[in-house]
Amino acid sequence: MRIRTIGLFALLMLAWTWTVQAQHKPTHEEQHRMDEAQGHQAEADHHQLTCDCTPKEDSVFNTAKVAFHHIGDANAFHIWGDLYFPLPVMLYAPGEGWTTMMSTRFDYAHNHGNGRKAINRYVMVEGVVYRVADVQFPSEEVAIDCVTEVEHDGESHPAIVYKGQCYPLESKTTWDGGMMGGGTTSFMDFSITKNVFTMLLVFALLWWMFSAVRKAYQKHPNQAPKGLQNLVETIIVFIQEEVAKPFIGKHYFRFMPFLTALFFFILALNLIGQIPFFPGSGNLTGNISVTAALALITFFRVNLVGNRHYWQHIFWMPGVPAAIKFILTPVEILGLFIKPFTLMLRLFANITAGHIVLISFVGLIFVFGKMGENLLGASIGVVTAFLLNSFMMAIELLVALIQAFVFTLLTASYLGDATQEAHH
Amino acid sequence: MNVLFLSGFTVIRPEPGLLFWTIVIFIVFWLTIGKGIIKMITDMLREREEGIQRSLDEAKRVREEMQQLQAENQEILAKAQEERVQILAEAKAAKDNIISEAREQAKEEARKIINTAKEQIENMKMGAVIELKNQVGRIALEVATKVLEKDLSKEDEQVKFVEKLVSEMDLN
Repeated sequence: MRIRTIGLFALLMLAWTWTVQAQHKPTHEEQHRMDEAQGHQAEADHHQLTCDCTPKEDSVFNTAKVAFHHIGDANAFHIWGDLYFPLPVMLYAPGEGWTTMMSTRFDYAHNHGNGRKAINRYVMVEGVVYRVADVQFPSEEVAIDCVTEVEHDGESHPAIVYKGQCYPLESKTTWDGGMMGGGTTSFMDFSITKNVFTMLLVFALLWWMFSAVRKAYQKHPNQAPKGLQNLVETIIVFIQEEVAKPFIGKHYFRFMPFLTALFFFILALNLIGQIPFFPGSGNLTGNISVTAALALITFFRVNLVGNRHYWQHIFWMPGVPAAIKFILTPVEILGLFIKPFTLMLRLFANITAGHIVLISFVGLIFVFGKMGENLLGASIGVVTAFLLNSFMMAIELLVALIQAFVFTLLTASYLGDATQEAHH
Repeated sequence: MNVLFLSGFTVIRPEPGLLFWTIVIFIVFWLTIGKGIIKMITDMLREREEGIQRSLDEAKRVREEMQQLQAENQEILAKAQEERVQILAEAKAAKDNIISEAREQAKEEARKIINTAKEQIENMKMGAVIELKNQVGRIALEVATKVLEKDLSKEDEQVKFVEKLVSEMDLN
């Protein structure tokens, strides 16, 4: 027990150091100063940064942009045309506090998801909340001229025009340390976004399904299963016999709730993302935050049940020469983090890739049709996209199952390693 | 900022909000459905599995018992069969015995009767012979008497006869 505690403590210390060093995140005050500097810079710049409200027509269909927009998270759930499902917005700006309201207050519904109002410097661009970087911008609710784009560093960034002046926007804080194009900004988004809403929906659906199954078990105990009960039981038995028993061994029963919950959760999220219309279409397991959360939970679950034998193997591998141990121990410690990291990446990459391919095939319609100019091209695009997507969606269903299975299987294997008895 | 991906590729950036909500929702899911309903289902499955195993064992045991019982029955039947054959054989032997005994007795009886009859016949025959002898004797005597009466009236004749008798007696 003591070894376990020490091991975990050492691990946490390592993780903490690693995170701090890897991200080299500026502290809060530093950030604030940077923001202010940026703000002043922006204020000084806005005469140079020019943008206006003349609508820019894209001459070429930008498949990547459309794909990224569709797989991304949003603060408004687009249903059809001008119809949006309203979602609550909960924004937290460190040092300033919370801003909570319904997203409908941005008045975006008849404007392609672009808000007509700025509230506490927050605005909505294509269904996603952004914030005016300039701290001089009025913090009360104001009507903005329009949402537009500004060219900066060779890329176009979202911006707004307010009283004829151009204000660049910043997106919500992301924890990628700037490596993936995000970074720490002045606010965090804790809203019930499209993804969170979908996840709650999946939770409700699974709750309903499992309640029905439980009723079936209580009504006919010790009888052959039927219908939905049979389906659920088949999956549970599969996880028990093919995943838990072979990979964990003696203690498998203890981890059955975790493994089964993990499998059903991931599978349901994968599948709901395959439905191309409301209330589906939320790309959850193709979002690294979701897979990171699941990997993090797995990481803690595995290392919290790790026994003396497990920690001994990591910090001082028995049965190898001491010289080798000095090489092996850092590798093992790295392995602790690499394991959940690969879990996170594998699921994310598989699902995201599938979604991008599907959207790209749909994009063929617009590419072939030259944005509606060429009807014949569009028709050919429709047929091609239909055939290719029929095939892709079948593959995606398979991928949804396989990735849920692989995540569960690897988790079981890590749990098995952590709870294995000494065998020397 | 060294951007590795296109600016619009937001899904690769871990963001605190979604991370937080996923952790919360998954943990609630795990603790309620996982530890509640799924635990109940796996418990029930295990119980059912054990129940099925018990039933199978029971069936096997009962079948074995049945087989044993059947074997016993077979044995009893075989024994009965054997006994029947034996009894039949005994009965047949007894029958044969009785018949042969009766036959013997009958034979004996018949022989006795025949013997008695024979004896009687013999007796009667003897009686008849004796009577015949007696009669023959008597007749002979009478004849002799008559002959004698006739021949022995003369002297010389008597002497001749006696001499003859005597000579005959010597020859004996």
